[in-house]
Amino acid sequence: MPSMLKPILCLAFVWCLIGAALAADLQVPAQVTAGTAFAIASSGSGDATFYLVGPSSVVKRGIKLGSEIKVAAAEVQAAGRYVAITCGSDGCSSSPFYVVAGDPTKVSFLLHPSRVPVTARDAINATAFVFDKFHNPVFRPVNVDFQVVPKTGPAFTKSVKAVQGVAWMRMSPTPKEGPVKVIATVGNNEEPRIIQQVASEACNLRITARRTAKGVEVQTDSVKDCRGNAVPDGTVVSFTAVDSKGRTTVDAPIKKGVARTELPITGNATISVASGVVIGNEIRL
Amino acid sequence: MKAVLAILIGLVTAVLVGIAWVQSGGLASHEISSGRTPEEAVQALMAGIQARDWNQAYARLANTSTIEKQDFVRDLAGSNGSLRTYSSLQSFTVWPLHATDQDATMRVRMTWSSAIGAFDDVRDLHLRHDGDVWKVDWPKPTVAKVPPQVIPVNYLRWDVIGRNAGDDWGIQNVDTPNVRITSMNAIERPEGVVLVGEVVNEDTVPAYVSVNATLLKPDQSALDQESSFDMIAHTLLPRQVSPYRIDFPGIRIKQIKNVRMDVKALLVPASADPVIAVTDQKIDKDALGGNVLSGDLVNQSGQNVDIAQVVAAYYDATGKVIWVSNGYVDQALLPQVPVPFGVDIPKDIAPKVQSYHVVVNHYSRNNA
Repeated sequence: MPSMLKPILCLAFVWCLIGAALAADLQVPAQVTAGTAFAIASSGSGDATFYLVGPSSVVKRGIKLGSEIKVAAAEVQAAGRYVAITCGSDGCSSSPFYVVAGDPTKVSFLLHPSRVPVTARDAINATAFVFDKFHNPVFRPVNVDFQVVPKTGPAFTKSVKAVQGVAWMRMSPTPKEGPVKVIATVGNNEEPRIIQQVASEACNLRITARRTAKGVEVQTDSVKDCRGNAVPDGTVVSFTAVDSKGRTTVDAPIKKGVARTELPITGNATISVASGVVIGNEIRL
Repeated sequence: MKAVLAILIGLVTAVLVGIAWVQSGGLASHEISSGRTPEEAVQALMAGIQARDWNQAYARLANTSTIEKQDFVRDLAGSNGSLRTYSSLQSFTVWPLHATDQDATMRVRMTWSSAIGAFDDVRDLHLRHDGDVWKVDWPKPTVAKVPPQVIPVNYLRWDVIGRNAGDDWGIQNVDTPNVRITSMNAIERPEGVVLVGEVVNEDTVPAYVSVNATLLKPDQSALDQESSFDMIAHTLLPRQVSPYRIDFPGIRIKQIKNVRMDVKALLVPASADPVIAVTDQKIDKDALGGNVLSGDLVNQSGQNVDIAQVVAAYYDATGKVIWVSNGYVDQALLPQVPVPFGVDIPKDIAPKVQSYHVVVNHYSRNNA
């Protein structure tokens, strides 16, 4: 039986060679840009079936061998490896080719974190992913412009070359609190993001108190960090008063830069203030 | 003969009805409703309240000349969307404190069922012997009256613009708030293991916070998983600290090798108001001799707060959180009107408490 196997394999190999020689030749371009129509030259004669197998689609239609096979722009929108196949009466023939991304027209932009203290060095991370109009990642080097527009002070732009479709940069916040707009630009496509630069911990937290008809009105001075940036409105400041009746606490949010509350205290009391880990002064009434 | 049979059937029916009435507690009910003893009078009053038969309950009062019926009903049925308006009297217990021929003092514990669970209301009632029956001097409810006024409030609110359904791929949302668990302490209690601690919002935006914990066995497999549920102030403003407590009933601490804590924070639209002051806080004994942290809540804004919940953390001498308890207030918080609260502290914990921190959750129909 093993003596029969060798001649059979030889015969099959020769038959394949004859079939390949008789099958139609396909002359495909080495590289095609996504979304671009092109033609594939074929040899041979007679009717055949044309298949175009791509990364996200398959096309099948009847063709005449020997004429050009037109491939529509819509049939090659996804970048990747394609295989063109013709199958006629003489057998099948195939040729691979690559479709690459077109011109960069879209950018996906991630900017982290959304809120950053002004003292955090190198804390802002901007990452842009470059795509063509069919959402194919553009792997060739492309310049991405990151335009940084602070609330105060001049805007500046940093140009970064994308590597394998990704451009990124790291930067420190500007010294002043407030919103900063960062715009990633590729070609005509702009993607804006807002990052909120905020003050760090409160510094020199101080309160003043005055007697009123209902008790004692306690108010902080303007609550700022050590660089003079206003601590964001809404930040909770805790007032505590201890008198003969017990303890009174109020968690009051900062509004328009100051936190205030009215404590129902009539006699002697000790009033203190804190915000987060920061402790302020103490008042004895 | 037919007439005798009819009379016999009628008699038997009457006897059976009578037996059924006695069996179903009709006799006892009749005795109670007659109010011939102080205890029966209070029980009859409570039965009327339980049935929400306000006319019958009001008729049991001795001091109808000094207390309006609508004030009496408001005292028990609640008003202004308070927790009491969503509650019903589930059960009551009455016991005597003092009695003479002419007057008596009875203590009643009313257990109200509500959407957030059962809560107790203990009151000492004075009774007077009025003819053949005893009647109750219902304590005159203090109806808070807010005078017409203008309260200036600078409203502070955060709104969130998220990504839209139609947005392209890669449109990022705003980052979730940065919150941190600052402490965690595992305590073994008779009913199981309890995790207590505190969580802080370290961000500059409000956070909706939930703390979850998973107990791990020595082989690192999960033993149990629970969340803080309502034992936390869920909405934390920037730099606000909230206690949390997670109960694991039926678990013993020797079963646990490790605890995996997980704090989840969501960016939510929120308001910085109302501000609620917690005044006159002190640890005291209640009417039943239990330890309570009591005080008053004062709503410093201009809008009603329907339901308020107090969550308190207790610290030992080293500053460690040793217990967290909570309590709902069954009255609505009207602007500027102090409303008392009290939260229980276990008997064995109370002597170790050196300090405490109280936060207030609030719920209002307008803000829902």
